[in-house]
Amino acid sequence: MKTFNKGGVHPQENKLSNDSAIEVFPLPKQAVVFVSQHLGAPSTMVVQKGDKVKAGQLIAKAEQFICANTHSPYSGTITKIDLATDFTGYKKPAVYIDVEGDEWMEDIDTSNDIVRDIKLDSAQIIDKIKEMGIVGLGGAAFPTHIKYMLPQGKKADYLIINAVECEPYLTSDYRLMKEKAEECLIGIEILKKALNVDKALVGIEANKPDAIEGFTQLSKNYKEIEIVPLKTKYPQGAEKQLIYALTKRQVPSGKLPIEVGCVVNNIGTAQAVYSAVQKNMPLVQNILTLTGKNVKQRKNLLVRVGTPLQSVIDYCGGLPEDTGKIISGGPMMGKAISDLSAPTVKTTSALLLMSKKESSRKEETNCLRCGKCVKVCPMGLEPIKIAQLAENRLWKDAEKAYAMDCIECGSCHFTCPAGRPLLDLMRVSKNHIGDLRRQKAQR
Amino acid sequence: MALLTVSGSPHVQSNQTTKKIMWTVIIALLPALLVSIYYFGLDALMVTLTSVVFCVGFEWLIQKFILKTKTTIGDGSAIITGILLAFNLPANIPLWIVGIGALVAIGVAKMSYGGLGKNPFNPALVGRVFLFISFPSKVAMSEWPLPKPLFSSSVSDALTGPTPLLAMKNGQAVDLWNMFIGATGGSLGEVSAIALIIGGLIMLFRKVITWHIPVSFLTTAGVFGLILWLINPNEFIHPAYQLLAGGMMLGAIFMATDMVTSPVTYKGQLLFGFGCGVLTIIFRSFGPMPEGVSFAILIMNAVTPLIDKAFKPKPFGY
Repeated sequence: MKTFNKGGVHPQENKLSNDSAIEVFPLPKQAVVFVSQHLGAPSTMVVQKGDKVKAGQLIAKAEQFICANTHSPYSGTITKIDLATDFTGYKKPAVYIDVEGDEWMEDIDTSNDIVRDIKLDSAQIIDKIKEMGIVGLGGAAFPTHIKYMLPQGKKADYLIINAVECEPYLTSDYRLMKEKAEECLIGIEILKKALNVDKALVGIEANKPDAIEGFTQLSKNYKEIEIVPLKTKYPQGAEKQLIYALTKRQVPSGKLPIEVGCVVNNIGTAQAVYSAVQKNMPLVQNILTLTGKNVKQRKNLLVRVGTPLQSVIDYCGGLPEDTGKIISGGPMMGKAISDLSAPTVKTTSALLLMSKKESSRKEETNCLRCGKCVKVCPMGLEPIKIAQLAENRLWKDAEKAYAMDCIECGSCHFTCPAGRPLLDLMRVSKNHIGDLRRQKAQR
Repeated sequence: MALLTVSGSPHVQSNQTTKKIMWTVIIALLPALLVSIYYFGLDALMVTLTSVVFCVGFEWLIQKFILKTKTTIGDGSAIITGILLAFNLPANIPLWIVGIGALVAIGVAKMSYGGLGKNPFNPALVGRVFLFISFPSKVAMSEWPLPKPLFSSSVSDALTGPTPLLAMKNGQAVDLWNMFIGATGGSLGEVSAIALIIGGLIMLFRKVITWHIPVSFLTTAGVFGLILWLINPNEFIHPAYQLLAGGMMLGAIFMATDMVTSPVTYKGQLLFGFGCGVLTIIFRSFGPMPEGVSFAILIMNAVTPLIDKAFKPKPFGY
């Protein structure tokens, strides 16, 4: 079975919410929608306090290159435009909406009918993706249309679809593949057309055999969409590792996938593109897994963007007594949440509730030089060495030890028997090296 | 509202810990200890206990009164050093010498570098080599206690005799099966190949060691020994004896695999084992002494940083 070439770990899969079908989450009474929910330049607000909006109406516009539109997920009245705290504690401009009914813009098709015929051409598709505010739903929230505007002289050979879902606990992509397989495949066809490539490769981890089988059956109706089962190993879904597993091509250090003729998008993004292009539906909702060992009602929910996190937890039976940590995303790369009053964003794919016991790190001892961190690093780095250099504040040496190539997958930190905070030290190194590079550039 | 923990990812960790690794090694050492008690009597146990108590005691004292840091004796690493040091000594050694060995192993070879994980040389081996060159009459390699059934008086008045390696050097016949099970003269923990191999398999199964160092060490020694034997069977001993005699198994399975003092990459570990194997056979075949495992491993410990530098993994995308 295909897989990546270096390192990797196998954390407990804990896909506890596999069997919960997607439920539509009820509309909140009040919602907070961040103006910018993507990686890149901020979007420009186009609504004012007191405005009545409909669901799907544009509220912030992309006026710069790497930027994305934001739409209102609700019909209602804008009561306030102010800073709001996101789940990591940062204050960001947001629109507060009092939700009234559920009235959508007239040109949006909210039915469940599947539209198979792709009418738009490549350029129109890319424009539509941009207009509908589609961002990468794998977690990075990079504006999707940018990936399809290839730099001069570059040509893509493959569209790669990341349906790996290698993070433990997460099941939103799995449920999407089970329940909306055809929409996903039409989305892949659209992306192929946008990119002007003949072939799409869909990587799915082997721990989802029914998704692989269902997709393989359905994909026979399409030309050149190949479903590739991949070994269950973390981080199979990391972009560079996935490209290698599927094509044996290595993205050079510091370069983008297009350098080796690939464009990668998440399966969730493909489905969002289907909705955007075929149904005129902007990205205003996504599937969220609420899970954790102590959670009584584990669910996969279709949640509108801007729903307060607390209300999602309340819907699933409230916060378990001994919750110690809540993570947005999976346990390997997700971020710890500091404020439950924060709303969901376009890329909130999971809320993972961990008990107090699970929340603390294991006791730290001296490094044993066991070398496990070196063996599990999917980028072929030496975390043991970079960590030592970071502790001695030798940033330039850390740079020479390829610290900037770290993809922050956390395999080293996960595996370290001495409980050393290897990824923390990697991040510190990367920040300092980044600073040094910027200072150099200014001089 | 309950307070939430906020920390960087990853939010899960493997269940392997330093303590678990160390205790697995201790458990893996037990079969050899039991065999040694069986053959050398309670003296073997006394030497081992003395060594462990002194090693742990010195680590605690040094941390408490000299370094003034939190004690780490709970991690079990000093216990391992204690057992391994004892395993490298004859069962009839005076206990005060064991104490001196423990002081050198823990005080000089481990704590002076900063404790667990910081020492360049295997502490037990440093202790053993120190005793070997300081008290050759007590820790020499000529006369060792010969095995005796368990619970017969004390081993000190048992017959002493040459180790198989020395016997062979003198042209005497040695029984291979006895060497495999441990019914032979030697340091108290090194005699039984089978018990040491069982310990090695325990560590392998629990992923505390990988096969690379032991296999490369033993294969190299076997092949190199075979070549010498084929060239001149009268002068050089049979490779089977090379592998079963002396500290070869103990060294290859428990000493060379010490993760602190061996390379971190598989390729580096293969080279490390190769170096240990070659040096051991050279020392044994051409040196003045019948045994050379300790020195071979210590020399390879010294080149470990160089090996690590030479066998860096190749980063992805370069």
